[in-house]
This record gives sequence, structure tokens and C-alpha cells, in this order.
Amino acid sequence: MQDATTGDQVATQEPVTLGSLFMTFSTIGLCGFGGVAAWAHRILVDERRWYTDRQYADLLSIGSVLPGPNVVNISVIVGDQFRGPLGSVTALSGLMAAPLVILVGLASLYELYGNLPLVQAVIAGVAAASAGLVLGTVIKLARRLRPTLGNILVGLLVFVAAALLNWHVLLIVLVMIPLSLVLTAWERRR
Amino acid sequence: MKSGLLGQLAITFATMSLAAIGGANAVLPEMHRQVVTVHGWANDATFANLFAIAQAAPGPNIMIVSLIGWQLAGPIGLAVATLAICLPSSLLTFAISRVRRRLLEASWLKILQMALMPIPIGLMAASGLIMARAADSTTLAILLTTAATVFVGFTQRNPLWALVAGGLAGGTSFMILGS
Repeated sequence: MQDATTGDQVATQEPVTLGSLFMTFSTIGLCGFGGVAAWAHRILVDERRWYTDRQYADLLSIGSVLPGPNVVNISVIVGDQFRGPLGSVTALSGLMAAPLVILVGLASLYELYGNLPLVQAVIAGVAAASAGLVLGTVIKLARRLRPTLGNILVGLLVFVAAALLNWHVLLIVLVMIPLSLVLTAWERRR
Repeated sequence: MKSGLLGQLAITFATMSLAAIGGANAVLPEMHRQVVTVHGWANDATFANLFAIAQAAPGPNIMIVSLIGWQLAGPIGLAVATLAICLPSSLLTFAISRVRRRLLEASWLKILQMALMPIPIGLMAASGLIMARAADSTTLAILLTTAATVFVGFTQRNPLWALVAGGLAGGTSFMILGS
């Protein structure tokens, strides 16, 4: 089997069935406590050997410049590469189905017991920590990515537009992408 | 009435889907604005709780959208909201991944990646601020948010531990202090 993007041999030689696409992405979805991305790499590259590290990096880079969660985009592309459109649908369904069932279970419990003071106290604690999880992820990414001055400027403008000016996210994206592209191209040329 | 609500859910989340570069956290400020301020589908505290449940459950974090659909209109709401947030971006990904060799040379993809990088991060910072505002009504909550920020930002451990610790701290303080 050939990788549609590079023409290189992909890591696996065995045919990938719809069933195994579904099961693989179910596993990724179910493992994804606190971040699906790390698990997607571990399972697709290390365990199933469907991709090499380089091919996966390529996959991730295209998945992350397009809208939608990375792992959802990756499921669509991987499904298509092995099994065409039906493969995309299968991989995406596998990714979402089991977590959705669990989520509905949790939501039902929340509806039944959400009014109990103890439960409210626990959820309030988790909610406070969740906010920290988001803020901490920002710090982690900012440290890891070594942003340029232009990157920092765009990041701050996006933050102000979203948090203080209440711009619609579509407007933010449409204004900031061209601005950031110009800044990035200019910074690289210097 | 109900079909009107489902239509609004579909339009709201389908629009968001196309702007969700970087995933759920990038559209959270917009989601909060639409769900709490514009449509009044949930109040601040409920929104924070739904976000907490979606974070604690496995699977992509974008499933907070599914939860909102479920809360508003049951199973049909869940299906409509989930499809609305997944379909537009997935169709775009499908189309672009098929033609991308012609569209995106590697060097261009690299510049695009660098240029796009600050946008989800800025949006994520806004999300964090909005979630903190919604969740931090007590001193304990402020402490928990701060501790989780440091834990996730400066260690490599699984962030799930921060959520577990937050829940334990909330429950324990309730049992000891009654608040």
C-alpha cells in the first residue's frame, strides 16, 4: 500500500479492514483522557505500525492547520487513505461512538444527582481545575514552541479580540490568519 | 419550537466547526458567548460544569458540544450538535487532504503552520480566562485553578490528575466545612 501524500511505502504491509479502522479509533477515543493526541501517535505509529514517525508528523501538520480537532481530522484522513470515504466515516464513528456513550452516562448521572450538594462541590472542584488545565496548556505550548515576536503579537491580539472584545471566532480567524501570514513571511525573510 | 431549537443548534455549531482551528478550546469563547449570552441555553455555572464533565470524560474535548445538545434536546439534540460540529470541518479536511499535494507544497505548509500557531493559543488563553471567571466563585476554586495551571504548565504528568485532585478537594472541603 502506498501513502497518498508522499508515495513512500507505509509502515504496514497488511490490509487495513473497516473493522480494524473502527476498533483502532475506538481505542484512541477511549484512551484519550486528558488529551487524545498523545494516544493517537502511540497507537497509530508504535502499536499498529500504520505510519512511520515522519508520515505521522506530516499527518499531524495537515490536521492541525485545518479547522476541527486534530484527532478528528486525522481519523478522516487515515480512514480515507486506507478505505476511501467509507473508511473516513468508519474511523470517525469509531473515534466518537464509545466516548459519546460514556458522556451520555455521565450526563445522565449529572441530571440525576447534580443537585446534591456534595456532587455540586465535587463538580465545582473539577470545573475550577479544568480552567487551570486550559491555562496550563497555554503555558506549556508557549514554552515548547518558542514563538517569535510576531507570533506573540498575534497571540495577544487574538486573546484580546476573543476575551475582551467578544469578536465572533470566524471573524477573528479571517482577520488574524492573513495578518499572521504576512508577519511570518516578513520575519522569515529578514 | 423544538425544530427551531435544533436548527439553531445546527447553524451555531456548524459555523463554529469551520473556525475551530486547534480544536475545542479555540471555539470555547465563542461557544460560551453563543450558549450563555446570545441564546441563554445555560448559565455560567452550568456551562462550567458541562465543560468539566466533557474534560473528565475520554474522547475529543469537542464533545462539550454534544453535551450541550443533550442538555437542551435529549438524544436528537446530541446527534444534531455532534454532527454540526464534526461534519463541516471533516468534509473540508477530506477534500483538502485529497488535493493537498497540488495546493500545499511543504515549504508553504511550514509557513502556514507557523502563522497559524498563535491563533489557537490566543483563543485557548481566552478560553482559560472565561472558564476561570465562570468557575472561580470561591477562594478554594481560585486556588485549584492556580494549582492546576502550574501543574499542567510546568510538569509533564497526565493532566487528568489535576481534575481528580480538583474533584477530591471540592468534595473534601464540602464534607469538612459544609460549603
